[in-house]
Amino acid sequence: MTRYIARSPDVAARTIGGELMIMSGRDSSLFSLNETAAALWEAADGATPLAGIVDRAICARFDVAREEALADAEALAEDLARHGILVVSEAPIPR
Amino acid sequence: MSAVLAHDARVRVGGMCVRLTTTSTRFAGILEQRFAGFMEPGREADYTFEVEVVDPRSDAPDADVRVWREEGLWRIERGDFRAVLDPRTRRGRIRQAASPYSIDTLLRILHTLSLADEGGFLLHAASVVRAGRAQVFTGVSGAGKTTLSRLAPPGADVLTDEISYIRREAGGYVAYGTPFAGELARPGANVRAPIEGIYLLSKGPRNRVDEVAAPAAARALLGNILFFAEDPALVRRVFAAALDAVESLPVRRLTFVPDASVWEVL
Repeated sequence: MTRYIARSPDVAARTIGGELMIMSGRDSSLFSLNETAAALWEAADGATPLAGIVDRAICARFDVAREEALADAEALAEDLARHGILVVSEAPIPR
Repeated sequence: MSAVLAHDARVRVGGMCVRLTTTSTRFAGILEQRFAGFMEPGREADYTFEVEVVDPRSDAPDADVRVWREEGLWRIERGDFRAVLDPRTRRGRIRQAASPYSIDTLLRILHTLSLADEGGFLLHAASVVRAGRAQVFTGVSGAGKTTLSRLAPPGADVLTDEISYIRREAGGYVAYGTPFAGELARPGANVRAPIEGIYLLSKGPRNRVDEVAAPAAARALLGNILFFAEDPALVRRVFAAALDAVESLPVRRLTFVPDASVWEVL
């Protein structure tokens, strides 16, 4: 199943001290993303399939097996979607 | 038929004047007492509220406060009060019992909404002015805010032992005194001063000051900023205000023993 991810418009995000911080506009919960999670967030354009994002933004930059990276990315995307800071869809997400 | 005389109270905190009108003489007296030192009769009002004083509600007195925007109006409710504010006209209505706690909470919320528009915020923090500069001490309940305030050296002005009022102005960040008191149970000094730094409080075996990395400082500030509204646009403004402050002001950790010696390391 192909999945697409996009950054939610209802969040605030800024990199401070080298750390990407994101606050949910829905429930004010605060997240600090590590380097790989931040790479996923930055690449979440709604148009590129998640697997493509993992290839381009994760596997090309970090020493990690593709299957493992894809499984981690799917779990992270679901977690962030539950808090309303990422949108996950089976179709491209219009911006 | 005789007209009912309305009382007109003007409470000015952080440079912002809120006019409260009421026909309740008892409530007018409560306002005079609660906001002593911050009443400015005749001052031009930034916000005006008509306060209807009603009998205390018994159905949900302990309900959580809710703040939300509906059809362009801010609605603010808790078990003991209801308020509506039109942000375009800056006028509103309040329905509450003759309680100082209800109006105190409402004013805090109003200031959080107003400050967010200009990059400021209310912070769970004590603040003290020495030699013309304000030091802000933030922490959760029990962290030592009131203790530090009580230990402030002679000549220092305690702006608050509970809720610090932080505004971003042309020359930088400024702390204002507030009537929003904690365990000290008395209003702060009604003065303002540029902020020297923010300290994250923790108690320990000796007094020391340590640098804090920006992400940790941002998390601490965001955790201690008064923030009520269920509104994504407001969340973005509060988030930006907190991170701007972290990028502009020194934020350090103050570990202290609860006696007057703490002021020697500050």
